[in-house]
Amino acid sequence: MSRRVRLGLFAVAGPGLLAVLLIGLHGLPAFGDYHGVYGLLVSRIEPSARHATDIVTALNFDLRAFDTLGEEFILFASAAGVALLLRRMRDEASVERASGIEDHRFAGASDALRLASLALVPLLVALGGYVVLHGQLTPGGGFQGGVVLAAGPMAILLAGRYLALKRIAPQWALEALEALGAASYALIGLGGLIFAGVYLKNFLPLGTQGTLLSAGMMPLNSVAVGLEVTGAFLLTWTEFLDQDLLVRGGDRT
Amino acid sequence: MTALQIAALILVALGGTAVVLVPDPLRQTLVLSIYGVALTILFFVFQAPDVALSEIVVSGLALPVIILAALRKIRESEDEHRRADGEGQR
Amino acid sequence: MSYLPYAVAAWLFMIGLWGVVSSTHLVRTVLSLTVVQSATYLVLLGVGYRTGAKAPIVADIPTKSKLVDPVVQVLVLTDVVIEATVTALLLALVVQAHKRFGSVDPARLRALRH
Repeated sequence: MSRRVRLGLFAVAGPGLLAVLLIGLHGLPAFGDYHGVYGLLVSRIEPSARHATDIVTALNFDLRAFDTLGEEFILFASAAGVALLLRRMRDEASVERASGIEDHRFAGASDALRLASLALVPLLVALGGYVVLHGQLTPGGGFQGGVVLAAGPMAILLAGRYLALKRIAPQWALEALEALGAASYALIGLGGLIFAGVYLKNFLPLGTQGTLLSAGMMPLNSVAVGLEVTGAFLLTWTEFLDQDLLVRGGDRT
Repeated sequence: MTALQIAALILVALGGTAVVLVPDPLRQTLVLSIYGVALTILFFVFQAPDVALSEIVVSGLALPVIILAALRKIRESEDEHRRADGEGQR
Repeated sequence: MSYLPYAVAAWLFMIGLWGVVSSTHLVRTVLSLTVVQSATYLVLLGVGYRTGAKAPIVADIPTKSKLVDPVVQVLVLTDVVIEATVTALLLALVVQAHKRFGSVDPARLRALRH
């Protein structure tokens, strides 16, 4: 439908939707006036029951771990969808691309950019690993740390060394990483089923609160999700960046 | 509500409006990153540091790379169409 | 004044929706969708907030202190990261549509290329 028809429909339906939203949101309790019971209960029992100081991560990877399993599979499916769509496009492209690597911007990275990017790589990997492992102690966990970990190899790309990135993170390795993360999360849950009778129940020893290896299976789940998020984001990025085109010319080292 | 929360909310409202009103997709990516920073400040002021961490990481790093790579692919495809049209008309 | 978070959320929802409806470039449609999603984050976090409460990290504050609701934070946290990948999938569809139809204008998507 044309743009004018769309805007006309929106002019009619929009104010109605806005009115419904405002009236509906007005029915909520006032901001700051919290009526829920579950949140209070979790905050009270969680530190003694699970020995984790970050209650949000404890909910994410232990008390509501089943929801995280579902979210993980959305991530997996989206990454697989991107790979499927863009690879089919690349296979169908029969037109021989004329532009070589010389006029490509990756070959023209300045020396300052290269140095700064290469210096960032170990920092990003270390920071990402730290955020993933300390999920149960401080704000962090698999989701945030996974994206920071994925930024490490991306900084190599910023430095113009695309072939180095291909050597470190080839396609099959990224797919394997993502699949490993998703599978290990599901298998850890299976461990809960075998040793504690309930799928995804915390079955490992809980340890001392505040140390790195505390809260049972939470660090393991965090690492599994971190691996999967890293693999998914790197896979998505490299799929968009169309490796076949760039590999044909070789990058300027 | 503290003054900081009110300021953060107004910043988020302005940022969201700016993202929608910018005409060029390339500039919109940059404004989206800045909107992500505004959202991070808002989440932080709402006492949600985990959420703030994931928002800054996604909107500052993951999302702009994906959008810029997609825009580049579209421009490549446009050049290809233009070249194919040029050859067809010759 | 205590209604402000929800009012801002409703405003973001409507303006994001307007951006989706009125856009002439499919990538702009996808980015306006991001604004709509952030409206839902705002509603969720607004529901869970308690006045005078602290973040739900008990590493350095006494366990019995007043905390905001951690459950809604879990929802928003995973949502933020997952929606980035879903946006990537939508952009892959946009790229595919451009290849098929030769244009990223939503109004011209039904026409074939030649």
